Amino acid sequence: MSHEMFLGLYVFVLAAFVGYGVIGGVPPLLHTPLMAFTNAISGISLVGSLVAAGAEHTTFSTALGFIAVLCSSINVVGGFLITDRMLKMFRKRGGKNA
Amino acid sequence: MSMTAELLYFLASVLFIIGLRGLGSAETARRGLLISEVGMAAAVAGTLLHPDIVTYKWILISAGVGSAIGIAMAALIPMTKMPERIALSHSFGGLAAALVGVSEYSLHHQTVAHSTMGALGFEVLFGGLTFTGSLMAFGKLQGFIPGRNITYPFQNQSNIAMFAGTALLLVLLTIWPSVQFFFYLMFFVAMVLGVLIVIPIGGADMPVVISLLNSYAGLAASATGFAIDNNVLIIAGALDGASGFILSVVMSRAMNRSFGNVLFGAFGKADASAVAALAGSQEIHEATIGDAAMLLSSGQKVIVCPGYGMAVAQAQHAMQALAERLEAEGIEVKYAIHPVAGRMPGHMNVLLAEANVPYDQLKEADEINDEFAEADVALVVGANDVVNPAAKTNPSSPIYGMPVLNADLAKTCIVLKRTMNPGFAGIENELFAMPNTVLVFGDAKDTLEKISQALA
Repeated sequence: MSHEMFLGLYVFVLAAFVGYGVIGGVPPLLHTPLMAFTNAISGISLVGSLVAAGAEHTTFSTALGFIAVLCSSINVVGGFLITDRMLKMFRKRGGKNA
Repeated sequence: MSMTAELLYFLASVLFIIGLRGLGSAETARRGLLISEVGMAAAVAGTLLHPDIVTYKWILISAGVGSAIGIAMAALIPMTKMPERIALSHSFGGLAAALVGVSEYSLHHQTVAHSTMGALGFEVLFGGLTFTGSLMAFGKLQGFIPGRNITYPFQNQSNIAMFAGTALLLVLLTIWPSVQFFFYLMFFVAMVLGVLIVIPIGGADMPVVISLLNSYAGLAASATGFAIDNNVLIIAGALDGASGFILSVVMSRAMNRSFGNVLFGAFGKADASAVAALAGSQEIHEATIGDAAMLLSSGQKVIVCPGYGMAVAQAQHAMQALAERLEAEGIEVKYAIHPVAGRMPGHMNVLLAEANVPYDQLKEADEINDEFAEADVALVVGANDVVNPAAKTNPSSPIYGMPVLNADLAKTCIVLKRTMNPGFAGIENELFAMPNTVLVFGDAKDTLEKISQALA
């Protein structure tokens, strides 16, 4: 296994623990927005798709990249917007919005 | 990779984590979201600097169309359809990851290293599985596919065999990366498996399935990061995976079930004969609108137990209007939210927040269960299994051991019900026949509006 791959494993395991800790602190009240939020963040596969769509290696790879960018950008843009739409609805007694 | 791109990716990773931390409370959540949006913009900017990108033409078209679809979906989708929307986006996420994997493999299958091949394999396996599995979940929620659990002989055995088959193909590919047949066969089998895994799972278990698929979508994104050697993908995927995992555990625990039981249990096969026999033996006390209004207004404290039936009847606004009327008369009103009251984690909270219920009135089950004993009225609106006392008292009940709301401990329990049919799990509910319970039959929205009028 390459050195980069091992470094990647360190990063993955540490990030999973950080994620477990941070997300464990999210109250059940916000679990639906949380899911929409992490959905938007996982749209980070844009990073891979953009290169595939813009590199023009082969028609096949460009076409796959094109569809992947389409899917990822729906998730990123839609995910952030819908999370915000939900969070705006949460208000405390007295009418002040979150 | 250029230094600028590396720095932007690093910045994005940090901002994602800080942003997620913001979700720890409703006050800071929107700020957290904004921080993560900046992180995403940084990651995209860093990628656009990539030396391999020679044309922006296709990127602009697909990102433009995708953004337009995303904006429209975010603006138009009603909150009741949130589980469908989430399932669909998991499907998009899985597909995107899988296609990037296929694209990478199609270019480099002659030269790819063994370890990179392993990562690519994982990416395509989890991506394909998440793509079709989430599409199935979407179809079930939306009603294209029957929501009940569809079973056939040797179902679990054949699924396990197929899973073992894909795992074997992954191992073979890692050893001989250039054999394209293995790669495409594995992708295909993973997609078939996604369909077959979700088919037997009934509608009531969808919260667990959606959470689990959330986790898989994250793992697919992480695997992409390993395959193209990009840490921000690994980190974002790990965060998403951890989140899906935590939510699956929360949901399973709320239903008193294990993952294995949800995936392989074929729960909810209602024993029709037993249900019918019980229904016949129950003696219930029916109440009028006037009775319910009097009971509600003569107490000091009311705890509302909403279930998915309330959302189906679109009764959230009528419920909040009634709550405001009661509060105007000095009666304390709280909402007891069971984790599986909706169709996905936290769904009921969003539905009630949309109906202008202040979130400090929304209480988790653990937090409020001790208060039922001092409540004058527990008002059950469209809920069934989550208020079934059999979960506490009857070891032979299929839901025995599941955490439930203590609606039976309130001085009076008013249950709004459409008909006398058993709940989603097909289990009879003793609460409805208890001496301190009264039932008001009819459409929940209509009933709540009439009670409000009776109080005016």
